[in-house]
Formats: sequence, structure tokens, C-alpha cells
Amino acid sequence: MMPLIPLVTASEVAFWVCAPIAVLCALGLLLARKPVHSAVSMAGVMVSLAVLYAAQDAPFLFVIQIVVYTGAILMLFLFVVMLIGVDSMDSIVETIKGHRIASALVAFGLGALLIAAVGQFAVNGAPAGLAAANAEYGGNIESIAALLFGKYVFLFEASSALLITAAVGAMLLAHGERLKKKATQVETAAERVRAYVEEGEHPGPLPNSGVFARHNAISIPALLPDGTIAEKSVSKTLTMRGVVVDVNELRAPTNTAYAAIEARDAAIEGDDE
Amino acid sequence: MNPEGYLVLSAILFAIGIAGFLLRRNAIIAFMSIELMLNATNLAFVGFANYHGNLDGLIAAFFVMVVAAAEVVVGLAIIVAVYRARRSASVDDANLMKF
Repeated sequence: MMPLIPLVTASEVAFWVCAPIAVLCALGLLLARKPVHSAVSMAGVMVSLAVLYAAQDAPFLFVIQIVVYTGAILMLFLFVVMLIGVDSMDSIVETIKGHRIASALVAFGLGALLIAAVGQFAVNGAPAGLAAANAEYGGNIESIAALLFGKYVFLFEASSALLITAAVGAMLLAHGERLKKKATQVETAAERVRAYVEEGEHPGPLPNSGVFARHNAISIPALLPDGTIAEKSVSKTLTMRGVVVDVNELRAPTNTAYAAIEARDAAIEGDDE
Repeated sequence: MNPEGYLVLSAILFAIGIAGFLLRRNAIIAFMSIELMLNATNLAFVGFANYHGNLDGLIAAFFVMVVAAAEVVVGLAIIVAVYRARRSASVDDANLMKF
């Protein structure tokens, strides 16, 4: 008797769970504005692909996919994202006219072509499955090792040369070469005096933060005797971020204190009369 | 199950990777799209290996991973070097060789 519900195998369940996740995460990679979000979506794609490998009797690739791709490569991507600036947004201005439509058309056309090609050469029959091939040497890893160190041993050796070259290349490229000569102490001193002569810049050290103000945190600008802010007492970066404390807020406690003192003085003088 | 599902999924992921590479201006995201394409081909390799019942497809996927790892190391080093020189990771800003 035919069962009413077609038999659903575990690998099919894995496919129908993981395939939509993979596609959604890939779309997230494509559409996210921030590089960090793209990297996290990429991690989703890789983990779901790893599950698909496991569902197809390839446990070695499942582990390698998670350890090498999600663990190593993606973390490297995240490191570089951190290095280059987490909040750098992509500009959405088209630099080449029609570029976006043309690219979308190319991608869509290629996808349609590939899917049509798969449909055209439809593979018939049930898959052979890897169970027999895996059992040949007593397991998936053993069978892969037998192939890797037998039939493909020269490819394996060549890949070691590739990895060493890549490591040396990365060291060379990432090694920071000085674009300008480092200024010596004499040159810095000469530059300071020159700035003093030509632009009247004070040659001494910059003012401390928080002088005459009631705190000395780095975001508190120094107050000059006339009550204005010494702009050089706060780092330019903090000024740009807008975390510098406002001058009126700084002056307020002093002003209230003076007002209280003056009021008391006035009261005492009033008593005398 | 039939390998067709895996092949269609692989084609979709590959097309999304192409779109990401062509559309995104951030060099890191373009690079991640390349990784997505490599992953898509890996999925096709594993699907075919499972269909034909031999392990050569898994070996091919393994070597793709090796090459991808080497490529990521060098590519990210290049992106960092370009960023250090030009203060930008956008592919539009690296135009020294533009005619």
C-alpha cells in the first residue's frame, strides 16, 4: 500500500529548512548597509551550507566549513571590518549611469540561465549516496585521506606552497611602510618655533583640560580668566563627536556661587547701615 | 534526495554573489560576495559527489576551501594596505590606474 504522505527523509528536511535560511542570509549580505551586518549574514549562509553538507553524508566538509569558513575566514573579515571602520556606510549614489539596473539584470539573467540549465539536464534517478564510498576505507575521513594522500597527493603538496606564498604575501602587504619620514626632535622644535614666528602660535605645550572648570575630565574644556573656552584644551576628535561640555553649563555653578556671595555681602552691608 | 534542489540553491547563491560583487561599492562586501560564489560552487560539488557516489567532489570542495583561505588572507591584506594609503575601502576611490 502506498503511504498517503510521501516519505520525507532527514536530508530533505535539512534541505528545506536550510535552503531558505541560506537564501535569506545571502540577500541580507547583498542588501545590508553596514559591513558588520553583511558579515553576520555571511556567517548564516556558511552555517546553513555546513548543515547541508552534513545532510549529504560529508561530515568532514561539515566540520571544515564551520571551522575554516565560519571560524577563521569570517573572523578575519570581521577583524578587517573593525580595522577599517565599523560604521562606514556604503554610498548609495550611482557613479556610473544605469550601473545598478545593468548589474541586477546580469545577476538575474545568470541565475535564470543556471537554473534553466539545471532543469534542462535533469538528472534522473535517485542519487547513489556517499555511504558506499565512505565505507570503503572505514569512514568519511579515512576515505578522503586515502584520496588526498594517494590520487591527489601532488595537488596537496602544491596547496602547501600556495599557503606559504599567501602567508608571506600577507605579511609583506600588511606590513605598514612609512609613507613619510619620521620627524626628529630637532625638526619638531624647529617647526614649533617657525609656527610661532609666522603664525604666532604658542610654542609651549597645549593647555590642560578642565583648568578653572570644576572637573578635569578630558571632555571638559579649560576656561580662560574671561570665562571663554580655551579651544585647544580639548582633543579635536572629541569636538567633532560633540561630546564637549557646553561653556554655559561650566559657568553656571561659578555664577550661582558668586551670586550667593554677592547676595550675602549685600545683606551684611545692609545690616551695617 | 535529488541533487536538483542543491543545484538550484547553488545557482541562486551564485547569482546573489554576482549581484553583490557588481552592486556593492565597499571592497570588503564585494570580497564577501566572492566568498559566497565560492561557497555556491562548493555546494554544487558536494551535491554532485553525493549523486555520483564518489568522493572526488568532496576533494574538489576541500581544495576550493584551501584556495579561498589563501585568497582571503592576501585580499584582505591588500584591502588594509589600500585603506592605509587612501583612507577609504570603497572600490570607487582606488582609481590610480584609470585611463
